[in-house]
Amino acid sequence: MCGNCGCSVTEKEVEIHTHTHDHNVHTHAHIYDHEHHHHDHNGHPHSHSIEIKQSIFAKNDQLAERNRGYFLAKDLFVINVVSSPGSGKTALLEKTIDQLQTQLNLAIIVGDLETDNDAQRLRKNGISVAQITTGTLCHLDAAMVLQAARKLPLDAVNLLIIENVGNLVCPAAYDLGEHKRIVLLSTTEGEDKPLKYPTMFKSADVVIINKIDIAEVVDFNRALALENIKKMCPQAEIFELSARTGAGMKAWLNYLQNQHQTTIAQAVEN
Amino acid sequence: MHEVAIMEETVAIACQAAQRQNAHKILSLTMRIGDLSGVVPEALEFAFAAVTQGTPAKQATLKIERVPIVCHCDPCDRPFSPADLYCECPQCGHFSQHIISGKEVELKSLEVI
Repeated sequence: MCGNCGCSVTEKEVEIHTHTHDHNVHTHAHIYDHEHHHHDHNGHPHSHSIEIKQSIFAKNDQLAERNRGYFLAKDLFVINVVSSPGSGKTALLEKTIDQLQTQLNLAIIVGDLETDNDAQRLRKNGISVAQITTGTLCHLDAAMVLQAARKLPLDAVNLLIIENVGNLVCPAAYDLGEHKRIVLLSTTEGEDKPLKYPTMFKSADVVIINKIDIAEVVDFNRALALENIKKMCPQAEIFELSARTGAGMKAWLNYLQNQHQTTIAQAVEN
Repeated sequence: MHEVAIMEETVAIACQAAQRQNAHKILSLTMRIGDLSGVVPEALEFAFAAVTQGTPAKQATLKIERVPIVCHCDPCDRPFSPADLYCECPQCGHFSQHIISGKEVELKSLEVI
């Protein structure tokens, strides 16, 4: 409510659309339209400016918050896995399913521009998979995720994994309603990856370095890579593993189990 | 290229706002784009020409204001403008994860008639 006159304009609404008018009583921002009569001056209409000040992601962010609440209401822990194409997302998820499905009930949402090849790979062992084929779109958004999630038997699921479209740029801007964002890079991609994709790495809760089994062959500078990650996203937990050989998988699986418990426990407390 | 999706949403917000004001034409749109937003202004310009077709903004111009990165250093408890994308505090060398501004992708204002 407006502190000056008691009208029902909330602060949030004002942010959506502010339009300042000088009233006789006082001056403040309104979201509501005012009567504008468009008078012509000798047949020449005049232009005026409208203040908008609205984030282009406002709608997506609101839907993402709604998703997060919906997922928590179902005691569901949700991760969003992002990486460039070919860094091993699907292989990591296959291994994660293999080793975790006796402890947690998993379901997966897979986003791809074309084909459901990854979904088919992940569908084995009875895991529920919802495929989103984005066509030309290079990222998933919160609305797509909700639509896909509703096709899954979520009441019987503890961990929902979203495998995003292979792309380190566009998905960075789209909150899907996940609880943790996992950014994957592989040893074949170069140590300066975090510096090349700052927006994505700065939003990471976890960074996984995959394909450590071939690090030596591709001259991967581990120390430099770790230094770059720690500088770019000091908040992120780092795991080094090989989805192919299984090396380092245990710490990652422990993390998922712990985070699942913590997230659900916090939701119950709040 | 998510700039097309961003531009579609921007033009939709702009057209709704213009309609609410009974404006029949949008002359210009001003956007604020943060240096850490991951959005490429040139790609926005490209998308703008395509997505404004058939809308009240079809002859509008797009103005882009860049928003530089400002971080907050927790140990020093002060804001700073980082020299590079690592967001290293020039005073104490701490790598900040608190971005105060620089991630904006906003529609700031419209000029309508």
